[in-house]
Amino acid sequence: MLYAVLCYNSEETVFSWSKQEEEAAMTRLIAAQEKMAKAGRLGPVARLMPTTAATTLRKDREPPLVIDGPFAETKEQLLGFYVVDCDSLDDALDFAKELGKANPGGSYEIRPLLQFRPGDLKSGTLKQ
Amino acid sequence: MNDDIAWIDAALTSARPRAVSALLRYFRDLDSAEEAFQNACLKALDTWPRNGPPRDPAAWLIMVGRNVGIDAARRQSRQQPLPDDDALSDLSDAESAIADRLDESQYRDDILRLLFICCHPELPETQQIALALRIVSGLSVAQIARAFLVGESAMEQRITRAKARIAKADVPFETPGAPERAERLGIVARMIYLVFNEGYSATGGDLPLRAPLCDEAIRLARLLLRLFQNEPEIMGLLALMLLQHARSAARFDENGAIILLADQDRTLWKQPMIAEGLALIDKALRHRRPGPYQVQAAIAALHARAKRPEDTDWGEIDLLYATLERLMPSPVVTLNRAVAVSKLHGPEAALAMIEPLATDLSGYFYFFGVKGAMFLELGRDEDARVAFDRAIALANNAAEAAHIRAQLDRLQKDSAPAAKKV
Repeated sequence: MLYAVLCYNSEETVFSWSKQEEEAAMTRLIAAQEKMAKAGRLGPVARLMPTTAATTLRKDREPPLVIDGPFAETKEQLLGFYVVDCDSLDDALDFAKELGKANPGGSYEIRPLLQFRPGDLKSGTLKQ
Repeated sequence: MNDDIAWIDAALTSARPRAVSALLRYFRDLDSAEEAFQNACLKALDTWPRNGPPRDPAAWLIMVGRNVGIDAARRQSRQQPLPDDDALSDLSDAESAIADRLDESQYRDDILRLLFICCHPELPETQQIALALRIVSGLSVAQIARAFLVGESAMEQRITRAKARIAKADVPFETPGAPERAERLGIVARMIYLVFNEGYSATGGDLPLRAPLCDEAIRLARLLLRLFQNEPEIMGLLALMLLQHARSAARFDENGAIILLADQDRTLWKQPMIAEGLALIDKALRHRRPGPYQVQAAIAALHARAKRPEDTDWGEIDLLYATLERLMPSPVVTLNRAVAVSKLHGPEAALAMIEPLATDLSGYFYFFGVKGAMFLELGRDEDARVAFDRAIALANNAAEAAHIRAQLDRLQKDSAPAAKKV
């Protein structure tokens, strides 16, 4: 079963991290994904820009309405996601717990995928 | 345990502007608001590791700070004993109730007010910046003193004096109308850009001490934009700072001399910051309400987009500077435009453009630096030498002087063999 792990946290806190905190957290997170990656079960991983860079299109009207900012004003924001292949919810939770140890604070929403097309995007200009 | 402290520290830092600004609305006095916040932080350090972090740290801190502050006021007036900690427990239930009441629009005006009072027109700019860093960002006096390269006690005095001046002034507590809000936003945006430039203008040994000011300014602009999501000028301000800051690793050589944009190693530019800056400009331009920050950001974006210096779209940059001259006429803007004109139409056209600025910019380092470079390109070595000599005399720091000296050295080397021939 494919699961999305959606990462929610306070972006005010996350974008207040010092460079050292940021680098340390990223190193820990990469280590936490290693097992899944080696087993070939780690799909796309994305980190989102802060919600200040977001734009929302309300398409429940004609013409659609373009609004600056994220869809929902929430205390914790969607900051990124993983797609993983796990045998069970327990396995997906174990993966999320590993990530959580590497990066405490906030929440992960584990949501099974209904459909998945990996597409053929390369990381392109964002490759670091 | 250490992780606990680090997490709490980050949560307190990010909750600070909201909490202090709401407490300021309750107490109508900066010192009381700050003290209440400090006390709430002490309680947080005590209870959060035990009970876990609250759902909304800012709301928790506001409520605890307000209770402690009210108790302190009562104690002073009636000598009543402080209620023990149990009276303050079970905050988590009350916290969600207060979080619902403190809606976003109130936060917005609270935080804007807190930033705005730091920009009091009677305060000199350096005091405005110091005050904002102390009150809004929560940097310690020692950290601010280091960033301003002054002693701690001098900075302490400066901040105390600034606070005293604000205490005497009228702080507008009523909810602002749309025109006042727009005016405040503009003034606050300017102050944030001053904070940024305080960090960006650092050179050499000052760099590690002052560069964090750039990060702080970016954080403040993000905060402001989160509250005022559809303000294109705030998007422009944040984009401008991100695009400039993205180049920071490439701006100086190992001796601390300035490296001009054209000579920078562009692989050192930070791509995630550039990407965010470009995304913000895209958003801002959709509003079709151009302003100085957006135009400056758009210029910085054209530089950021050029993979090599020769890929730079100087025609578009020239047009943007022409727009900026209209929006914000200044001899410095014209001087910058002249650089684009020189790339497009040659140094002679550019020199003709800056000649009328000679009186206004007679004490401006960059004027003579640019002029010298243009003379150099035309082969007018003697005129170049005169301009560079003047630039060195006006240099604001060693990095600027070193950059010009390198130009002069090159001039010397190039002309030496020629002189022999004659």
